[in-house]
Amino acid sequence: MTVTAAPLPLTEQFKAGLDAPICLTWELTYACNLSCVHCLSSSGRRDPRELSTAECKRVIDELERMQVFYVNIGGGEPTVRPDFWELVDYATAHRVGVKFSTNGVRITPDAAAKLAGSDYIDVQISLDGATAEVNDAVRGRGSFDMAVAAMRNLAAAGFTGFKISVVVTRRNVSQLDDFKALADSFGAQLRITRLRPSGRGADVWDELHPTASQQRELYDWLVARGENVLTGDSFFHLAGYGQELPGLNLCGAGRVVCLIDPVGDVYACPFAIHDAFRAGNVRDTGGFAEVWRSSALFTDLRRPQSGGACTSCSAFDACQGGCMAAKFFTGLPLDGPDPECVRGFGEAALAAAGSGSAPRPSGDHSHRVTPPPGRTLSGSRQPVPVSIGPRPADQPVSASWRSVPDRACDSSPLAGFRPVAETQPAQR
Amino acid sequence: MSTNEQHAAFDLDAAWQLHPQVSVRPERFGALLYHFGTRRLSFLKSPALLTVVESLGTQPSARAACASAGISPAEMPGYARALETLAASQMIRGRTAA
Repeated sequence: MTVTAAPLPLTEQFKAGLDAPICLTWELTYACNLSCVHCLSSSGRRDPRELSTAECKRVIDELERMQVFYVNIGGGEPTVRPDFWELVDYATAHRVGVKFSTNGVRITPDAAAKLAGSDYIDVQISLDGATAEVNDAVRGRGSFDMAVAAMRNLAAAGFTGFKISVVVTRRNVSQLDDFKALADSFGAQLRITRLRPSGRGADVWDELHPTASQQRELYDWLVARGENVLTGDSFFHLAGYGQELPGLNLCGAGRVVCLIDPVGDVYACPFAIHDAFRAGNVRDTGGFAEVWRSSALFTDLRRPQSGGACTSCSAFDACQGGCMAAKFFTGLPLDGPDPECVRGFGEAALAAAGSGSAPRPSGDHSHRVTPPPGRTLSGSRQPVPVSIGPRPADQPVSASWRSVPDRACDSSPLAGFRPVAETQPAQR
Repeated sequence: MSTNEQHAAFDLDAAWQLHPQVSVRPERFGALLYHFGTRRLSFLKSPALLTVVESLGTQPSARAACASAGISPAEMPGYARALETLAASQMIRGRTAA
Protein backbone atom coordinates (compact mmCIF):
# COMPACT_ATOMS: atom_id res chain seq x y z
CA MET A 1 0.00 0.00 0.00
CA THR A 2 1.03 3.56 -0.49
CA VAL A 3 1.59 5.90 2.39
CA THR A 4 1.24 9.56 1.67
CA ALA A 5 2.52 12.70 3.48
CA ALA A 6 3.09 11.77 7.08
CA PRO A 7 2.83 13.96 10.13
CA LEU A 8 2.22 11.08 12.61
CA PRO A 9 3.03 7.42 12.21
CA LEU A 10 -0.07 5.75 10.82
CA THR A 11 0.53 2.68 12.93
CA GLU A 12 -0.04 4.81 16.03
CA GLN A 13 -3.36 5.97 14.59
CA PHE A 14 -4.31 2.42 13.70
CA LYS A 15 -3.56 1.11 17.16
CA ALA A 16 -6.29 3.36 18.50
CA GLY A 17 -8.79 1.87 16.05
CA LEU A 18 -10.69 3.21 13.07
CA ASP A 19 -14.35 4.06 12.47
CA ALA A 20 -14.64 0.88 10.42
CA PRO A 21 -12.25 -1.97 9.69
CA ILE A 22 -9.82 -1.61 6.80
CA CYS A 23 -10.02 -5.28 6.22
CA LEU A 24 -12.84 -7.50 7.32
CA THR A 25 -12.87 -11.26 7.02
CA TRP A 26 -16.24 -12.92 6.78
CA GLU A 27 -16.44 -16.67 7.00
CA LEU A 28 -19.74 -17.40 5.28
CA THR A 29 -20.05 -21.03 6.26
CA TYR A 30 -18.35 -23.73 8.28
CA ALA A 31 -19.31 -26.24 5.59
CA CYS A 32 -16.41 -27.47 3.50
CA ASN A 33 -15.74 -30.18 0.96
CA LEU A 34 -12.20 -30.54 2.30
CA SER A 35 -10.76 -31.27 5.74
CA CYS A 36 -7.42 -29.48 5.66
CA VAL A 37 -5.36 -30.54 8.65
CA HIS A 38 -4.51 -26.93 9.61
CA CYS A 39 -7.96 -25.36 9.13
CA LEU A 40 -8.10 -22.14 11.19
CA SER A 41 -11.82 -22.40 11.71
CA SER A 42 -12.06 -26.20 12.25
CA SER A 43 -14.50 -26.26 9.35
CA GLY A 44 -16.32 -29.18 7.82
CA ARG A 45 -20.00 -29.22 8.76
CA ARG A 46 -22.48 -26.40 8.31
CA ASP A 47 -23.65 -24.78 11.54
CA PRO A 48 -27.45 -24.83 11.87
CA ARG A 49 -27.37 -21.27 13.22
CA GLU A 50 -25.64 -19.95 10.07
CA LEU A 51 -26.78 -16.45 9.01
CA SER A 52 -29.63 -16.56 6.51
CA THR A 53 -29.48 -14.88 3.12
CA ALA A 54 -31.54 -11.96 4.45
CA GLU A 55 -29.29 -11.60 7.49
CA CYS A 56 -26.19 -11.63 5.29
CA LYS A 57 -27.70 -8.89 3.14
CA ARG A 58 -28.35 -6.80 6.24
CA VAL A 59 -24.68 -7.17 7.18
CA ILE A 60 -23.70 -6.04 3.68
CA ASP A 61 -26.01 -3.01 4.02
CA GLU A 62 -24.18 -2.12 7.21
CA LEU A 63 -20.77 -2.56 5.60
CA GLU A 64 -21.87 -0.23 2.82
CA ARG A 65 -22.96 2.39 5.36
CA MET A 66 -19.64 2.03 7.19
CA GLN A 67 -17.76 2.30 3.89
CA VAL A 68 -15.94 -0.97 4.30
CA PHE A 69 -14.37 -1.12 0.85
CA TYR A 70 -14.17 -4.87 0.59
CA VAL A 71 -14.62 -8.05 2.55
CA ASN A 72 -12.45 -11.11 2.49
CA ILE A 73 -14.93 -13.92 2.24
CA GLY A 74 -13.89 -17.36 3.38
CA GLY A 75 -15.15 -20.33 5.29
CA GLY A 76 -15.32 -23.24 5.23
CA GLU A 77 -15.69 -23.26 1.52
CA PRO A 78 -17.88 -20.20 0.84
CA THR A 79 -18.89 -21.23 -2.65
CA VAL A 80 -20.85 -24.23 -1.35
CA ARG A 81 -23.45 -21.88 0.13
CA PRO A 82 -26.37 -22.05 -2.29
CA ASP A 83 -26.75 -18.24 -2.09
CA PHE A 84 -23.02 -17.55 -2.54
CA TRP A 85 -23.29 -15.87 -5.97
CA GLU A 86 -26.40 -13.99 -4.90
CA LEU A 87 -24.52 -12.53 -1.92
CA VAL A 88 -21.49 -11.67 -4.05
CA ASP A 89 -23.75 -9.85 -6.52
CA TYR A 90 -25.55 -8.07 -3.70
CA ALA A 91 -22.27 -6.91 -2.15
CA THR A 92 -20.77 -5.61 -5.37
CA ALA A 93 -24.03 -3.87 -6.30
CA HIS A 94 -23.68 -2.04 -2.98
CA ARG A 95 -20.07 -1.07 -3.61
CA VAL A 96 -18.67 -3.56 -1.15
CA GLY A 97 -15.90 -5.33 -3.03
CA VAL A 98 -15.43 -9.05 -2.53
CA LYS A 99 -12.22 -11.02 -2.27
CA PHE A 100 -13.03 -14.61 -1.67
CA SER A 101 -10.91 -17.60 -0.77
CA THR A 102 -11.74 -20.93 -2.30
CA ASN A 103 -10.24 -24.34 -2.78
CA GLY A 104 -11.49 -24.07 -6.35
CA VAL A 105 -14.30 -26.61 -6.13
CA ARG A 106 -16.83 -24.42 -7.93
CA ILE A 107 -14.58 -22.35 -10.17
CA THR A 108 -15.93 -23.84 -13.37
CA PRO A 109 -15.27 -22.21 -16.76
CA ASP A 110 -18.68 -20.47 -16.45
CA ALA A 111 -17.97 -19.18 -12.96
CA ALA A 112 -14.51 -18.04 -14.06
CA ALA A 113 -16.02 -16.07 -16.97
CA LYS A 114 -18.45 -14.34 -14.62
CA LEU A 115 -15.66 -13.49 -12.17
CA ALA A 116 -13.43 -12.14 -14.92
CA GLY A 117 -16.19 -9.70 -15.87
CA SER A 118 -16.27 -7.84 -12.57
CA ASP A 119 -13.88 -5.22 -11.21
CA TYR A 120 -15.29 -5.71 -7.77
CA ILE A 121 -14.38 -9.36 -7.28
CA ASP A 122 -11.02 -10.87 -6.50
CA VAL A 123 -10.30 -14.55 -6.01
CA GLN A 124 -7.79 -16.40 -3.87
CA ILE A 125 -7.15 -20.03 -4.60
CA SER A 126 -5.73 -21.85 -1.59
CA LEU A 127 -2.77 -24.12 -2.22
CA ASP A 128 -0.36 -25.44 0.37
CA GLY A 129 2.12 -27.28 -1.81
CA ALA A 130 3.65 -26.57 -5.20
CA THR A 131 3.32 -30.29 -5.91
CA ALA A 132 0.34 -32.58 -5.41
CA GLU A 133 2.35 -34.65 -2.94
CA VAL A 134 3.09 -31.77 -0.57
CA ASN A 135 -0.29 -30.07 -1.03
CA ASP A 136 -2.51 -33.11 -0.72
CA ALA A 137 -0.84 -34.26 2.49
CA VAL A 138 -2.29 -31.13 4.11
CA ARG A 139 -5.41 -30.37 2.05
CA GLY A 140 -6.56 -33.82 1.00
CA ARG A 141 -6.24 -36.12 -1.96
CA GLY A 142 -7.18 -34.51 -5.27
CA SER A 143 -7.14 -30.97 -3.86
CA PHE A 144 -4.03 -29.96 -5.83
CA ASP A 145 -5.59 -30.94 -9.14
CA MET A 146 -8.85 -29.22 -8.17
CA ALA A 147 -7.03 -25.96 -7.34
CA VAL A 148 -4.96 -26.04 -10.52
CA ALA A 149 -8.08 -26.70 -12.60
CA ALA A 150 -9.65 -23.60 -11.06
CA MET A 151 -6.53 -21.55 -11.85
CA ARG A 152 -6.57 -22.79 -15.40
CA ASN A 153 -10.24 -21.81 -15.74
CA LEU A 154 -9.59 -18.33 -14.35
CA ALA A 155 -6.60 -17.77 -16.61
CA ALA A 156 -8.52 -19.04 -19.65
CA ALA A 157 -11.36 -16.62 -18.85
CA GLY A 158 -8.86 -13.75 -18.82
CA PHE A 159 -8.93 -13.22 -15.06
CA THR A 160 -5.42 -11.97 -14.37
CA GLY A 161 -4.06 -11.07 -11.00
CA PHE A 162 -6.03 -13.61 -9.01
CA LYS A 163 -4.19 -14.77 -5.92
CA ILE A 164 -2.61 -18.09 -5.09
CA SER A 165 -2.75 -18.24 -1.33
CA VAL A 166 -0.22 -20.39 0.49
CA VAL A 167 0.14 -21.12 4.19
CA VAL A 168 3.86 -21.51 4.78
CA THR A 169 4.71 -24.78 6.52
CA ARG A 170 7.75 -26.89 7.27
CA ARG A 171 6.92 -28.95 4.19
CA ASN A 172 6.56 -26.19 1.61
CA VAL A 173 8.99 -23.47 2.68
CA SER A 174 11.51 -24.93 0.22
CA GLN A 175 8.96 -24.49 -2.60
CA LEU A 176 8.60 -20.70 -2.45
CA ASP A 177 10.28 -20.23 -5.83
CA ASP A 178 8.05 -22.93 -7.31
CA PHE A 179 4.90 -21.22 -5.99
CA LYS A 180 6.11 -17.96 -7.49
CA ALA A 181 6.73 -19.64 -10.83
CA LEU A 182 3.29 -21.25 -10.72
CA ALA A 183 1.66 -17.88 -10.01
CA ASP A 184 3.63 -16.26 -12.81
CA SER A 185 2.59 -18.98 -15.24
CA PHE A 186 -1.09 -18.09 -14.66
CA GLY A 187 -0.58 -14.32 -14.55
CA ALA A 188 -1.58 -14.63 -10.90
CA GLN A 189 -0.08 -13.13 -7.75
CA LEU A 190 1.44 -15.15 -4.94
CA ARG A 191 0.18 -14.57 -1.42
CA ILE A 192 1.88 -16.33 1.47
CA THR A 193 0.69 -16.30 5.06
CA ARG A 194 1.75 -17.64 8.38
CA LEU A 195 0.59 -20.96 9.79
CA ARG A 196 -1.33 -20.32 13.00
CA PRO A 197 -1.99 -22.76 15.82
CA SER A 198 -5.70 -21.87 15.52
CA GLY A 199 -8.54 -24.31 14.97
CA ARG A 200 -7.20 -27.66 13.76
CA GLY A 201 -3.90 -25.84 13.23
CA ALA A 202 -3.29 -26.43 16.94
CA ASP A 203 -3.20 -30.18 16.30
CA VAL A 204 -0.50 -29.98 13.63
CA TRP A 205 1.42 -26.94 14.81
CA ASP A 206 4.35 -28.83 16.33
CA GLU A 207 4.73 -30.88 13.18
CA LEU A 208 4.15 -28.18 10.54
CA HIS A 209 5.29 -24.80 11.78
CA PRO A 210 8.57 -23.73 10.15
CA THR A 211 11.75 -24.50 12.08
CA ALA A 212 13.95 -21.63 13.26
CA SER A 213 16.29 -22.05 10.29
CA GLN A 214 13.31 -22.18 7.89
CA GLN A 215 12.00 -18.94 9.38
CA ARG A 216 15.30 -17.32 8.52
CA GLU A 217 15.11 -18.81 5.03
CA LEU A 218 11.59 -17.40 4.64
CA TYR A 219 12.65 -13.97 5.86
CA ASP A 220 15.62 -13.87 3.49
CA TRP A 221 13.37 -14.96 0.64
CA LEU A 222 10.85 -12.21 1.42
CA VAL A 223 13.58 -9.57 1.56
CA ALA A 224 15.16 -10.76 -1.69
CA ARG A 225 12.16 -11.81 -3.74
CA GLY A 226 9.08 -10.58 -1.91
CA GLU A 227 8.50 -7.39 -3.88
CA ASN A 228 5.31 -8.53 -5.59
CA VAL A 229 4.35 -11.17 -3.07
CA LEU A 230 1.44 -10.45 -0.74
CA THR A 231 1.72 -11.52 2.88
CA GLY A 232 -1.42 -10.20 4.58
CA ASP A 233 1.08 -8.54 6.96
CA SER A 234 1.31 -11.93 8.60
CA PHE A 235 5.07 -12.21 9.08
CA PHE A 236 5.70 -9.12 11.14
CA HIS A 237 7.19 -11.29 13.88
CA LEU A 238 10.09 -11.88 11.45
CA ALA A 239 10.92 -8.16 11.51
CA GLY A 240 12.96 -9.03 14.60
CA TYR A 241 15.66 -10.27 12.20
CA GLY A 242 16.41 -6.66 11.34
CA GLN A 243 14.64 -5.26 8.34
CA GLU A 244 10.96 -4.39 8.49
CA LEU A 245 8.88 -6.20 5.91
CA PRO A 246 6.45 -4.30 3.69
CA GLY A 247 3.09 -3.69 5.35
CA LEU A 248 1.87 -2.28 8.60
CA ASN A 249 3.95 -4.43 10.97
CA LEU A 250 1.40 -4.33 13.71
CA CYS A 251 -1.25 -6.58 15.11
CA GLY A 252 -4.48 -5.24 13.65
CA ALA A 253 -6.83 -7.40 15.73
CA GLY A 254 -9.88 -5.39 16.72
CA ARG A 255 -8.11 -2.23 15.54
CA VAL A 256 -8.11 -2.41 11.75
CA VAL A 257 -9.26 -6.00 11.17
CA CYS A 258 -11.82 -8.39 12.55
CA LEU A 259 -13.73 -11.52 11.67
CA ILE A 260 -17.43 -12.26 11.28
CA ASP A 261 -18.02 -15.99 11.55
CA PRO A 262 -20.84 -17.97 9.88
CA VAL A 263 -23.21 -17.57 12.83
CA GLY A 264 -22.56 -13.82 13.05
CA ASP A 265 -20.10 -13.86 15.94
CA VAL A 266 -17.53 -11.08 15.66
CA TYR A 267 -13.96 -11.98 16.65
CA ALA A 268 -10.88 -9.79 16.91
CA CYS A 269 -9.17 -11.53 14.00
CA PRO A 270 -9.55 -14.53 11.70
CA PHE A 271 -7.04 -16.51 13.75
CA ALA A 272 -8.78 -16.05 17.06
CA ILE A 273 -12.01 -18.01 16.90
CA HIS A 274 -12.34 -18.50 20.64
CA ASP A 275 -14.70 -17.13 23.28
CA ALA A 276 -11.82 -15.09 24.72
CA PHE A 277 -11.73 -13.01 21.51
CA ARG A 278 -15.45 -12.81 20.76
CA ALA A 279 -16.63 -9.20 20.84
CA GLY A 280 -20.32 -9.71 20.05
CA ASN A 281 -22.68 -10.82 17.31
CA VAL A 282 -24.08 -9.04 14.25
CA ARG A 283 -27.53 -10.18 15.38
CA ASP A 284 -27.16 -8.06 18.57
CA THR A 285 -29.07 -4.78 18.81
CA GLY A 286 -26.85 -2.22 17.12
CA GLY A 287 -25.53 -4.79 14.68
CA PHE A 288 -21.96 -5.05 13.48
CA ALA A 289 -21.25 -1.31 13.71
CA GLU A 290 -22.00 -1.28 17.42
CA VAL A 291 -19.77 -4.30 18.04
CA TRP A 292 -16.94 -2.73 16.05
CA ARG A 293 -17.19 0.69 17.66
CA SER A 294 -18.13 -0.04 21.26
CA SER A 295 -17.59 -3.63 22.31
CA ALA A 296 -15.64 -4.01 25.53
CA LEU A 297 -13.12 -6.35 23.91
CA PHE A 298 -12.29 -4.09 20.96
CA THR A 299 -12.14 -1.03 23.20
CA ASP A 300 -9.63 -2.88 25.31
CA LEU A 301 -7.53 -3.99 22.32
CA ARG A 302 -7.29 -0.34 21.21
CA ARG A 303 -5.75 0.78 24.49
CA PRO A 304 -1.95 0.93 24.58
CA GLN A 305 -0.79 -2.63 25.06
CA SER A 306 1.92 -3.73 27.42
CA GLY A 307 4.86 -5.48 25.85
CA GLY A 308 5.43 -7.27 29.14
CA ALA A 309 8.59 -9.33 29.17
CA CYS A 310 9.34 -8.29 25.58
CA THR A 311 9.61 -4.55 26.22
CA SER A 312 13.29 -4.73 27.14
CA CYS A 313 14.18 -6.67 23.96
CA SER A 314 15.90 -4.65 21.24
CA ALA A 315 13.67 -6.24 18.60
CA PHE A 316 10.41 -5.22 20.26
CA ASP A 317 9.88 -2.06 18.20
CA ALA A 318 10.12 -4.18 15.06
CA CYS A 319 8.11 -7.27 15.99
CA GLN A 320 5.73 -5.78 18.60
CA GLY A 321 5.75 -9.08 20.44
CA GLY A 322 4.32 -11.00 17.48
CA CYS A 323 0.91 -12.58 17.00
CA MET A 324 -1.69 -12.60 19.75
CA ALA A 325 -3.46 -15.68 18.40
CA ALA A 326 -0.22 -17.65 18.04
CA LYS A 327 0.57 -16.93 21.68
CA PHE A 328 -2.91 -17.66 22.93
CA PHE A 329 -3.31 -21.02 21.20
CA THR A 330 0.12 -22.21 22.27
CA GLY A 331 -0.65 -21.35 25.89
CA LEU A 332 1.67 -18.35 26.12
CA PRO A 333 0.83 -15.08 27.91
CA LEU A 334 -0.30 -12.35 25.51
CA ASP A 335 2.29 -9.88 26.81
CA GLY A 336 5.21 -12.25 26.26
CA PRO A 337 7.11 -13.51 23.22
CA ASP A 338 5.58 -15.11 20.16
CA PRO A 339 6.09 -18.91 20.01
CA GLU A 340 8.16 -18.31 16.87
CA CYS A 341 10.13 -15.39 18.34
CA VAL A 342 13.18 -15.02 16.11
CA ARG A 343 15.39 -14.38 19.13
CA GLY A 344 14.43 -17.79 20.51
CA PHE A 345 12.52 -16.47 23.54
CA GLY A 346 9.41 -18.33 22.41
CA GLU A 347 10.96 -21.73 22.97
CA ALA A 348 11.91 -20.83 26.52
CA ALA A 349 8.43 -19.44 27.17
CA LEU A 350 6.81 -22.60 25.80
CA ALA A 351 8.99 -24.73 28.04
CA ALA A 352 8.03 -22.57 31.02
CA ALA A 353 4.31 -22.70 30.16
CA GLY A 354 4.46 -26.50 30.00
CA SER A 355 2.39 -28.84 27.89
CA GLY A 356 -1.35 -28.80 28.35
CA SER A 357 -1.48 -25.06 28.98
CA ALA A 358 -2.90 -24.26 25.54
CA PRO A 359 -6.64 -23.51 25.48
CA ARG A 360 -8.77 -25.70 23.26
CA PRO A 361 -10.81 -24.05 20.50
CA SER A 362 -14.34 -23.12 21.61
CA GLY A 363 -16.03 -24.55 18.55
CA ASP A 364 -15.38 -27.43 16.21
CA HIS A 365 -17.21 -28.06 12.94
CA SER A 366 -14.80 -30.72 11.68
CA HIS A 367 -16.14 -33.56 9.59
CA ARG A 368 -16.79 -36.65 11.61
CA VAL A 369 -14.03 -39.16 11.16
CA THR A 370 -16.22 -42.12 12.07
CA PRO A 371 -19.56 -42.60 10.38
CA PRO A 372 -22.78 -42.67 12.37
CA PRO A 373 -24.29 -46.12 12.91
CA GLY A 374 -25.91 -47.41 9.77
CA ARG A 375 -24.00 -45.14 7.42
CA THR A 376 -20.74 -45.14 5.60
CA LEU A 377 -18.85 -41.85 5.36
CA SER A 378 -20.08 -41.48 1.80
CA GLY A 379 -23.61 -41.46 3.17
CA SER A 380 -24.93 -44.74 1.83
CA ARG A 381 -27.22 -46.60 4.18
CA GLN A 382 -26.43 -49.97 5.71
CA PRO A 383 -28.91 -52.23 7.44
CA VAL A 384 -29.04 -51.40 11.14
CA PRO A 385 -29.88 -54.09 13.64
CA VAL A 386 -32.38 -52.59 16.09
CA SER A 387 -34.16 -53.85 19.11
CA ILE A 388 -37.13 -52.28 20.81
CA GLY A 389 -36.99 -51.34 24.45
CA PRO A 390 -35.38 -48.88 26.78
CA ARG A 391 -31.78 -47.88 26.27
CA PRO A 392 -29.47 -50.20 28.20
CA ALA A 393 -28.21 -48.52 31.34
CA ASP A 394 -24.59 -48.99 30.31
CA GLN A 395 -25.01 -47.21 26.96
CA PRO A 396 -24.73 -43.41 26.80
CA VAL A 397 -27.40 -41.34 25.09
CA SER A 398 -25.16 -40.43 22.22
CA ALA A 399 -23.04 -42.99 20.50
CA SER A 400 -19.29 -42.70 20.68
CA TRP A 401 -18.88 -41.12 17.25
CA ARG A 402 -20.25 -37.81 18.38
CA SER A 403 -21.64 -36.14 21.44
CA VAL A 404 -24.54 -34.02 20.12
CA PRO A 405 -27.79 -35.15 18.54
CA ASP A 406 -28.05 -35.40 14.78
CA ARG A 407 -29.57 -32.44 12.91
CA ALA A 408 -30.92 -32.28 9.43
CA CYS A 409 -28.56 -29.50 8.40
CA ASP A 410 -25.48 -31.47 9.37
CA SER A 411 -25.81 -33.33 6.11
CA SER A 412 -23.13 -32.90 3.51
CA PRO A 413 -23.07 -29.39 2.05
CA LEU A 414 -22.26 -30.96 -1.27
CA ALA A 415 -25.18 -33.36 -1.47
CA GLY A 416 -26.07 -33.83 -5.10
CA PHE A 417 -23.05 -31.87 -6.28
CA ARG A 418 -20.30 -33.34 -8.44
CA PRO A 419 -16.98 -31.57 -7.93
CA VAL A 420 -14.56 -30.80 -10.73
CA ALA A 421 -12.23 -33.40 -9.34
CA GLU A 422 -12.99 -36.16 -6.89
CA THR A 423 -11.69 -35.31 -3.47
CA GLN A 424 -11.25 -37.14 -0.25
CA PRO A 425 -10.85 -35.69 3.21
CA ALA A 426 -7.22 -35.46 4.22
CA GLN A 427 -5.72 -38.25 6.24
CA ARG A 428 -5.17 -36.99 9.72
CA MET B 1 4.58 -1.14 -0.67
CA SER B 2 5.74 1.14 -3.42
CA THR B 3 8.60 3.54 -3.15
CA ASN B 4 8.45 6.62 -5.26
CA GLU B 5 11.94 7.84 -6.00
CA GLN B 6 11.71 8.05 -9.72
CA HIS B 7 8.38 9.54 -10.65
CA ALA B 8 8.23 12.54 -12.92
CA ALA B 9 7.53 15.80 -11.08
CA PHE B 10 3.87 16.39 -10.40
CA ASP B 11 2.21 19.03 -12.56
CA LEU B 12 0.57 21.34 -10.04
CA ASP B 13 -0.85 23.51 -12.78
CA ALA B 14 -2.75 20.77 -14.52
CA ALA B 15 -6.35 19.82 -13.75
CA TRP B 16 -6.77 16.58 -11.78
CA GLN B 17 -9.56 14.48 -10.41
CA LEU B 18 -10.14 11.49 -8.21
CA HIS B 19 -10.21 8.30 -10.27
CA PRO B 20 -13.88 7.29 -10.71
CA GLN B 21 -13.13 3.80 -9.35
CA VAL B 22 -11.74 5.19 -6.10
CA SER B 23 -13.72 5.30 -2.86
CA VAL B 24 -12.78 7.71 -0.09
CA ARG B 25 -13.44 7.07 3.58
CA PRO B 26 -12.69 9.97 5.93
CA GLU B 27 -10.94 8.97 9.16
CA ARG B 28 -9.61 10.90 12.16
CA PHE B 29 -6.11 11.02 10.69
CA GLY B 30 -7.21 11.93 7.16
CA ALA B 31 -8.72 9.28 4.95
CA LEU B 32 -8.49 5.83 3.46
CA LEU B 33 -8.62 5.48 -0.30
CA TYR B 34 -9.43 2.26 -2.09
CA HIS B 35 -9.12 1.73 -5.83
CA PHE B 36 -11.52 -0.94 -7.02
CA GLY B 37 -9.65 -1.38 -10.29
CA THR B 38 -6.14 -1.87 -8.95
CA ARG B 39 -7.45 -3.20 -5.60
CA ARG B 40 -4.99 -1.02 -3.77
CA LEU B 41 -5.38 0.88 -0.58
CA SER B 42 -3.81 4.25 0.19
CA PHE B 43 -3.86 6.55 3.15
CA LEU B 44 -4.19 10.31 3.25
CA LYS B 45 -2.30 11.32 6.32
CA SER B 46 -3.98 14.65 7.02
CA PRO B 47 -7.47 16.12 6.84
CA ALA B 48 -6.04 19.01 4.80
CA LEU B 49 -4.79 16.59 2.16
CA LEU B 50 -8.27 15.07 2.06
CA THR B 51 -9.74 18.53 1.44
CA VAL B 52 -7.29 19.02 -1.41
CA VAL B 53 -8.02 15.65 -2.99
CA GLU B 54 -11.78 16.12 -2.73
CA SER B 55 -11.63 19.51 -4.39
CA LEU B 56 -9.34 18.49 -7.26
CA GLY B 57 -12.24 17.72 -9.56
CA THR B 58 -13.82 21.17 -9.20
CA GLN B 59 -10.69 23.34 -9.18
CA PRO B 60 -8.93 24.43 -12.35
CA SER B 61 -5.59 23.07 -11.13
CA ALA B 62 -4.01 21.16 -8.28
CA ARG B 63 -2.35 24.40 -7.21
CA ALA B 64 -5.76 26.08 -6.98
CA ALA B 65 -7.12 23.11 -5.00
CA CYS B 66 -4.23 23.47 -2.52
CA ALA B 67 -4.74 27.22 -2.26
CA SER B 68 -8.46 26.85 -1.61
CA ALA B 69 -7.65 24.36 1.16
CA GLY B 70 -5.43 26.96 2.81
CA ILE B 71 -2.10 25.32 1.97
CA SER B 72 0.73 27.85 2.20
CA PRO B 73 3.34 28.16 -0.57
CA ALA B 74 5.94 26.79 1.87
CA GLU B 75 3.90 23.61 2.33
CA MET B 76 3.28 23.19 -1.41
CA PRO B 77 6.25 20.91 -2.21
CA GLY B 78 5.10 18.37 0.39
CA TYR B 79 1.62 18.34 -1.07
CA ALA B 80 3.00 18.04 -4.58
CA ARG B 81 4.91 14.94 -3.49
CA ALA B 82 1.80 13.45 -1.89
CA LEU B 83 -0.26 14.13 -5.02
CA GLU B 84 2.49 12.68 -7.18
CA THR B 85 2.31 9.46 -5.17
CA LEU B 86 -1.45 9.37 -5.61
CA ALA B 87 -1.11 9.93 -9.35
CA ALA B 88 1.49 7.16 -9.62
CA SER B 89 -0.90 4.70 -7.99
CA GLN B 90 -3.79 5.92 -10.19
CA MET B 91 -5.79 7.21 -7.23
CA ILE B 92 -6.03 10.55 -9.02
CA ARG B 93 -5.68 11.22 -12.71
CA GLY B 94 -5.37 14.08 -15.14
CA ARG B 95 -8.57 15.75 -16.25
CA THR B 96 -9.07 17.53 -19.53
CA ALA B 97 -10.25 21.06 -18.81
CA ALA B 98 -14.03 21.28 -18.65
